[in-house]
Amino acid sequence: MPAAMRRFFDSDLYFSFRTNPVAVGATLVAVIMILGAAFAPWVAPHEPFDLASLNLNDSLLPPAWSADGRLSYVLGTDDQGRDVFSTILYGSRISLLVGVASVAFAIVLGVGLGLLSGYVGGRLDALIMRVADVQLSFPAILIALLIDGAARAALPRDTNTDLLAIVVLIGSIGLANWVQYARTVRGSTLVEKSKEYVQAARVIGVPPWKIMVRHVLPNVMGPVLVIATINIATAIITEATLSFLGVGVPPTSPSLGTMINNGNNFLYSGEWWLVVFPGAALVLLCMSVNLLGDWLRDALNPKLS
Amino acid sequence: MTPALTRFGMAVAASFALSGAMLTLPATATAKTYRVADQGDALSMDPHSLNESLQLSFTGNIYEPLVARDKKLGLVPGLATKWTQTSPTTWRFELRKGVQFHDGTPFTADDVLFSYERAKGEGSDIKTYVGSIKEIRKLGDYEVEMVTTAPFPILPDVVSLWYMMSKKWCEANNATRPVDKRKGVENAASFRANGTGPFRLKSRDPGVRTVLVRNLNYWDKIDSNVDDVVFTPIGNDATRVAALISGEIDMMQPVPVQDVAKLRQNANLTILQGPELRTIFLGMDQSRDELLFSNVKGKNPFKDKRVRQAFYQAIDIEAIKTRIMRGAATPTALMIAPGIKGFVPELNKRLPYDPAASKKLLTDAGYANGFEVKMNCPNDRYVNDGEICQAVAGMLARVGVKVNLEAESKATYFPKILSRNTSFYLLGWTPGTYDSHNPLFALMATPGAGGQGQFNLGSYSNPKLDELTAKISSETDQAKRNAMIAEAFKIHQDDVGHLPLHQQALAWGMRKNVELVQLPDNFNPFKYAVLK
Repeated sequence: MPAAMRRFFDSDLYFSFRTNPVAVGATLVAVIMILGAAFAPWVAPHEPFDLASLNLNDSLLPPAWSADGRLSYVLGTDDQGRDVFSTILYGSRISLLVGVASVAFAIVLGVGLGLLSGYVGGRLDALIMRVADVQLSFPAILIALLIDGAARAALPRDTNTDLLAIVVLIGSIGLANWVQYARTVRGSTLVEKSKEYVQAARVIGVPPWKIMVRHVLPNVMGPVLVIATINIATAIITEATLSFLGVGVPPTSPSLGTMINNGNNFLYSGEWWLVVFPGAALVLLCMSVNLLGDWLRDALNPKLS
Repeated sequence: MTPALTRFGMAVAASFALSGAMLTLPATATAKTYRVADQGDALSMDPHSLNESLQLSFTGNIYEPLVARDKKLGLVPGLATKWTQTSPTTWRFELRKGVQFHDGTPFTADDVLFSYERAKGEGSDIKTYVGSIKEIRKLGDYEVEMVTTAPFPILPDVVSLWYMMSKKWCEANNATRPVDKRKGVENAASFRANGTGPFRLKSRDPGVRTVLVRNLNYWDKIDSNVDDVVFTPIGNDATRVAALISGEIDMMQPVPVQDVAKLRQNANLTILQGPELRTIFLGMDQSRDELLFSNVKGKNPFKDKRVRQAFYQAIDIEAIKTRIMRGAATPTALMIAPGIKGFVPELNKRLPYDPAASKKLLTDAGYANGFEVKMNCPNDRYVNDGEICQAVAGMLARVGVKVNLEAESKATYFPKILSRNTSFYLLGWTPGTYDSHNPLFALMATPGAGGQGQFNLGSYSNPKLDELTAKISSETDQAKRNAMIAEAFKIHQDDVGHLPLHQQALAWGMRKNVELVQLPDNFNPFKYAVLK
């Protein structure tokens, strides 16, 4: 066993994880769902995003255990004849991709600006924090809608719409969420800045950017990771909301949000499986990631242990 | 007074106020509010800005035409009391006296002349209704003469959707030009209105709610007993159904096809279903040398009839009917519905659904591996429009054509496609005149300055059809006219100028206490609504 791995298994963090059944359960669920999504082309019995494979005559079949259900469509089919189970797998791909990528984008932006703001201080600090204040006063969804609309109007018309939609989603959700990271990192940076090791580094002439990246950054990343895990769930839900509002991914390649939006239209007509299964998948995914985030927050909090 | 006492005092005052209100209630209890929901909103309050059923139906409560339609869609006097053809190209209209606009200005011949200039001018979307009129002369305050470019026997039918606006009001409010969403032109007529109709506009909050109140000075008796109408667009099907079930609204349309059966069992509701005159079809850009939205460069695949036919035969219309429309649709091979003057039953035979033939046609045309094209589609305008487009995209994928579907709200969809910013689109059309000349003139004729082909958004063009359309407009012999209409439809069909899909069925849902007249053109005049 490599040393790094052994160190991890011997750590307090791993011990806390091993002895916390909620964390283990959540990880299990999350890993299964992530693997299912990542390997969707191999796991899924159908290819719901391949329009040519859809058969309209198989539309709106109930789940397999119902009287009219078919074994090949375990969780039934939607109004276009897509297999609900396969679509959930493919759809979670989009949801997860958007969730993780937008959080990564927000971290890069937020941590960078927060670090700069806290370490440099002065006018730059004031400027960045005022921008953050202004942005905080707008709801994230509104910002995302705005960016989405502007991007669609500004980009050339032959741009691949599927890809564009996903990039715009990632960009807009990321931009809407960077403030939290910037605020957190700025706060921790202000604390770290006055500690001896930073002052020592400064005295021996280490350039400021190096102090920021090599010395301050590793010490402020703890809370960021905690926010990130929780934010992944939020980002997935924001994507679902945007797709629900119709500005997200195109209807021919539905994400979990689009599926729920579509299923919502059938709430009164008895085709419950169209909304229940993707809804349950979204809840499971977000809850497991959220529980992981909760556990991480507690585990990294010295006041609790 | 201490704060507690103040609060007590206020409570007492409020209870007095309440009892006062109760005493006066009998006088106001008769105020009947009629709450209507639709899947979309009228895009503006300007009656000349968009030639769309909901827009014209809604503004038709506020504004009125010279020649109106009754409950059976027959022509009846509106703001004109009488019209006579004095020569093959001239018509004399006698105007109704004593009619006032909502602001009190009397309606006169000047308003007709003004409305004519406005409706045929820049930015107007209803040019097609006044395009055949060469000029209008004022013969007196209450008499005008219309001169048509050629003999035009159906003039009274054609002007029934051209609403009169007040010259004085439009000039005072800088609204002499129609609202033009395509160019982003808005003016006072977007948000305010001053017509002669049975209802007046009280408040307008676009996309949220629009309130109309009964016009107490209306020149005619109003069938309805409604005092005010609250119109709310509710785009989401399930939300609209929930609002109706809970009694939050009195009437809504369309009832989602998947919910019709369930709602019929509800004792508090009535579901009115009937055939609609609207034909849903797909159009293709056939004029540009290169499509705006496709991976085929340097040529336009839709110029090739084989490609259009391949698209046609790739569409499994029966599956759309049974699966997406749940039977509430009549597949069609023509661009008009039975019930429109000039309908030709013999021509109403679709090319068979045949993916193999479609594939072969594409191969012959040089697209053995298919191609990519973007499709524009509304998702809140027609019954299951977004779903139809998705299904079509799936069917085309099976013959190798990759469709990039862009489904969006009609608020962004219409400005886009009306400026011809599309390669492949879905549209529905109800002939506003209930006559075949209208779709021939507006949808199939080569686009021209006189309003021809204004909605021929893919610019399909065949000179023979144009020639016939011109002849049809002035032909008075019914048999000859019908023969020419049949010939024109045949030409269009042989050319596969558009891909007709189906006529959708109307489905209105309302509370049991509401009485309505369902018109087959899907107009919903509030003046027929009676609340019991």
